[in-house]
Amino acid sequence: MAVLTIRDALNQALREEILRDEKVFVMGEEVAEYDGAYKVTRGLWKEFGDKRVVDTPITELGFAAVGVGAAMAGLRPVIEFMTWNFSILAADQIINHAAKMLYMSGGQFNVPIVFRGPNGSAYQVSSQHSQALEAFYANFPGLKVVMPSTAADAKGLLKSAIRDNNPVLFLEQERMYGNKGEVPDDDDFTIPLGLADVKREGTDCTIVARSMTVPLALQAAELMQKEFDVSVEVIDPRTIKPLDIDTIVTSVKKTNRLVVAEESHYFASVGAEISHQVMEHAFDYLDAPVKRLSTAEAPNPYAKNLEALALPDVAKIVAAVKEVCYL
Amino acid sequence: MPKTATSRKTEQKSEKASGNPSSETADSTGSSDFVDVELAKAEYLKRRKSQLESIKKTDKKLLREMLYQMVLGRIFEEKCAEVYRMGMIGGFCHLYIGQEAIAVGSMMALRPDDMVITAYRDHVQAMVKGMTPESVMAELYGKEGGCVKGKGGSMHMFSKEHQFYGGHGIVGGQIGVGTGMAYAAKYKGTDQVTLCFFGEAAVNQGMFHESLNMAELWKLPCIYICENNQYGMGTSQSRAMSASSIAKKADAFHMANEFVDGMDVMAVREATLRAIERARKDGSPTLLEIRAYRFMGHSMSDPGNYRTRDEIKKYQERDPIILFKDSLKESKVLSDKDFEQIEQEAIEAVDKALKFAEESPFPAESELYTDVYAD
Amino acid sequence: MAEKFLMPKLSPTMEEGQISRWVKNEGDAFEANETLAEVDTDKATMEMTALKGGTLLKILKGAGESAALGETIAITGKEGEDISALLSEVSSNGAKTQPPAAEEQPPASEGEAKAEPPASAGGTTPKSETAQEPKDPEPLAQRDNGRLIVSPIAARMAADNGLDLKSITGSGPNGRIIKRDIEAAMESKVQDPRSKAFKPSTVVGASPFRDENTSKMRQIIASRLAESIGPIPTFYLTVEIEMDNVLALRKQINANLEDDEKISVNDIIVKVAATSLMKHPFVNASYQDKTLRFYEQADIGVAVAIDEGLITPVVRGANLKGFAEISAEIKDLAAKAKAKKLQPEEYTGATFSISNLGMMGIKEFTAIINPPEAGILAIGGASPTPVVRDGQITIRNIMNVTMSCDHRVIDGATGAKFLQTFKQMLENPVLMLM
Repeated sequence: MAVLTIRDALNQALREEILRDEKVFVMGEEVAEYDGAYKVTRGLWKEFGDKRVVDTPITELGFAAVGVGAAMAGLRPVIEFMTWNFSILAADQIINHAAKMLYMSGGQFNVPIVFRGPNGSAYQVSSQHSQALEAFYANFPGLKVVMPSTAADAKGLLKSAIRDNNPVLFLEQERMYGNKGEVPDDDDFTIPLGLADVKREGTDCTIVARSMTVPLALQAAELMQKEFDVSVEVIDPRTIKPLDIDTIVTSVKKTNRLVVAEESHYFASVGAEISHQVMEHAFDYLDAPVKRLSTAEAPNPYAKNLEALALPDVAKIVAAVKEVCYL
Repeated sequence: MPKTATSRKTEQKSEKASGNPSSETADSTGSSDFVDVELAKAEYLKRRKSQLESIKKTDKKLLREMLYQMVLGRIFEEKCAEVYRMGMIGGFCHLYIGQEAIAVGSMMALRPDDMVITAYRDHVQAMVKGMTPESVMAELYGKEGGCVKGKGGSMHMFSKEHQFYGGHGIVGGQIGVGTGMAYAAKYKGTDQVTLCFFGEAAVNQGMFHESLNMAELWKLPCIYICENNQYGMGTSQSRAMSASSIAKKADAFHMANEFVDGMDVMAVREATLRAIERARKDGSPTLLEIRAYRFMGHSMSDPGNYRTRDEIKKYQERDPIILFKDSLKESKVLSDKDFEQIEQEAIEAVDKALKFAEESPFPAESELYTDVYAD
Repeated sequence: MAEKFLMPKLSPTMEEGQISRWVKNEGDAFEANETLAEVDTDKATMEMTALKGGTLLKILKGAGESAALGETIAITGKEGEDISALLSEVSSNGAKTQPPAAEEQPPASEGEAKAEPPASAGGTTPKSETAQEPKDPEPLAQRDNGRLIVSPIAARMAADNGLDLKSITGSGPNGRIIKRDIEAAMESKVQDPRSKAFKPSTVVGASPFRDENTSKMRQIIASRLAESIGPIPTFYLTVEIEMDNVLALRKQINANLEDDEKISVNDIIVKVAATSLMKHPFVNASYQDKTLRFYEQADIGVAVAIDEGLITPVVRGANLKGFAEISAEIKDLAAKAKAKKLQPEEYTGATFSISNLGMMGIKEFTAIINPPEAGILAIGGASPTPVVRDGQITIRNIMNVTMSCDHRVIDGATGAKFLQTFKQMLENPVLMLM
């Protein structure tokens, strides 16, 4: 197995899928000649040329729509948003068009499209460039929402997303592009959508984390083991929609305690959804109220100290775990 | 305001620069101002001779079919108004009465494999593209036999078989989707063209400008047809748009464009044929501004108090069906007897559609959760 | 909506129940988990509680009447509701309907049933009632406005283990009883809170066990012997035991105890039997057809006579408990047995039993094995008997003990060795320390 950064794992997935299916093309701002704003598409334009790797004007609504129309007409576009913040301009296409087309057309027109790009905070890029939008999109039937946290997951899930016959929103994290991990060499390696992964086994408390909070949760788990002899299980749902609630419920039935750590804001987040479903399916197994840890209920600030204060970190996760363990 | 006058001049200059073959047509109809009916009548008289010429050159069976489709569209929509008032159709219902020449003139110039996408005023477009009146009426009734099994209703007619990519409910949203359909045709190397319909109000949406920019930039075989019925719901074009000519907005993208009299089905056909040739041959897009007038309200719930009866009456004198019949009669293609027969056929077709819709069952409850995700 | 209230399953073996008395009368409103009636089952008088609140609209089976499991015994619903349709349905079908257990439970429990230990699955008695203990109005420290605060898993564990939440102090926020409080309570499962003379043991529930495959030879022995003498091929071993040291020991212990804490000879016998069983795994075992089941702790069934017959409450993990703890537990169980308040888990699943008729003047007898246990001790009364010691005739208190052995598990020599240990320990109680 090769050790790759998440960035290169995504690049491999794109390259392999472009090679595998001539209907697949990548489109977005700076994806071609510039090699990608975050270098996820590095080298692809040189290798495949204008047809398969397409630079667009800065016209998010427009090129999202081009993707939807092309997908309806039989192609498999991978549309890159330079960051998901800009997808809000294209939300009408994602929500009103991609998500509903199959239903509105009585099953005649599916939209096999991937929208991808970095989601959530970067480093001090302030309010308009630091948003985690998964809860917003996960609310709409017809969309799938995927959030990888490791290089292997990034690759396996992106390949599945491209092969999926539905609109899949693939939310990466800019801070994590450089994170390294082992990735199977198999160029047909895929991970099915809708399958959670237990990133660490434990018996006393479950942390459900995704994307940026997964490495934080794993560090918090190590700390809890060392300092308090508390054994923490860390679950990464990987796909937000469809959500593998069974794996989470099974874990909570074992540990009786749940912390959800996420980068989006608190109100009406995916963590709220998970908490509710756990309450619904494992109420009798809870020893403490589910604890949710999110980004502060304020637009993300620029100042370094304020940004750190707003975002989840290891210490906050440790505190949350201690709270549900009554420590 | 001096600003308008200046910009008009600039538009005329840039027209030449883009090498648009049809710029004369656009200018001579005075498209850069809001046409009044008298001017349109005068322009029509000037064109009459060449129109009769092109009727002579056109296959008679096709001409009959064009008239039939217009009459069918008219009678179908009148029936919709009737049953809507009886409560048989729910939700929004936007009628096409008065605009028949646009759908028929443009779409009947297409090949069956060409793609069409439109907004929510979509019943007639769906039928002209080949979908049966039964499947459209049953959809309006929200029945299982509807073209999308009762899941879409008035605004969302679709047929993959007929390459009809739907009626869409968000003003301007479908302009980008249509651009993407054309993108796919180019990508796949087919010579299909895409007809992308929208109303004049959608032109004020960012999507119009984003789409035209990409289409010209990437040379996409897309024909943008702006059905200018002069009112965005209750707001007249003059109250919503700073520069009056829509066709000329294409100049900003160096895109070929034409202004067309939407009451003249042959003019629509000819303009579309020119656009199709550009699309198939050079793979380049066109914007057609086709001026029409909707004789009914925006939707069935529109009180219509923003325009006078006189205004409507004046436009009704230029009813596209009457104009087309006159020309066909004068060209001796069809007689009064033929017209009666065509009308009878259309009435029967609509009655049949209505009966089908009434008899079709409501969708099974299980349909609520089907087609949310594809396998 | 009015509903039929069906005879619930209140014990593992119950097939029908007899209404002992209705606690609620027709027209009375009740809350979830309130007792509606007391029902005599084959084992005990059980409280029949409501799963949800409502009004008792009609009683169909009065006190003294019996109903089969699942038979309609009452109609419940909202006050003033029309129940004529239900009544005619009941009378035309006979009262009996077949309710799937799940029907009366909230949907969430369907999925959970799989994950639950079989002991608590199904039936209508269980956990859910106890899980809602908060209803109890008695004010205690951990209550907030009279409401007991308890985490869901803690409530569930308490119910599964028969713990009384009222006796547990919550260590969570607002005095919430949480999982670790239950775990602590289970470690010190105190049956009689008045007992102070012993340190609680760590026994939790029934004995764990391991199964070992039976050898071909053992299978043949089992089937041949079974053919010869009924389903359980029983043989008997009798031993005389000198009880003087035990009596002295008991005197010593009791000298320091309050009257209600004093231990009996039988308590000591239970403890000694349990300790001996630990040294002889074949006796603390059961025959399971293809396997022999060896228990890791000695759960001793102690036969108790009650008016209707006999019941055998179980002292769990007697090998791990001290005399005082055993004594307190037996007193509590016997009292419950006489009051017919024993819960099923309190009288099933022993690994070995003891029947003592000594106090009834019986010198020697044989007892019937309580399957699937492999043995039972029949304890006679100790009486002064002349014996020869060191060539001298002397008077000693001699007790006759007969063990009934399941020959499929216990061979003659195995049984004899167990009895030898048992005898030695009683005669030299100091050996118990070894």
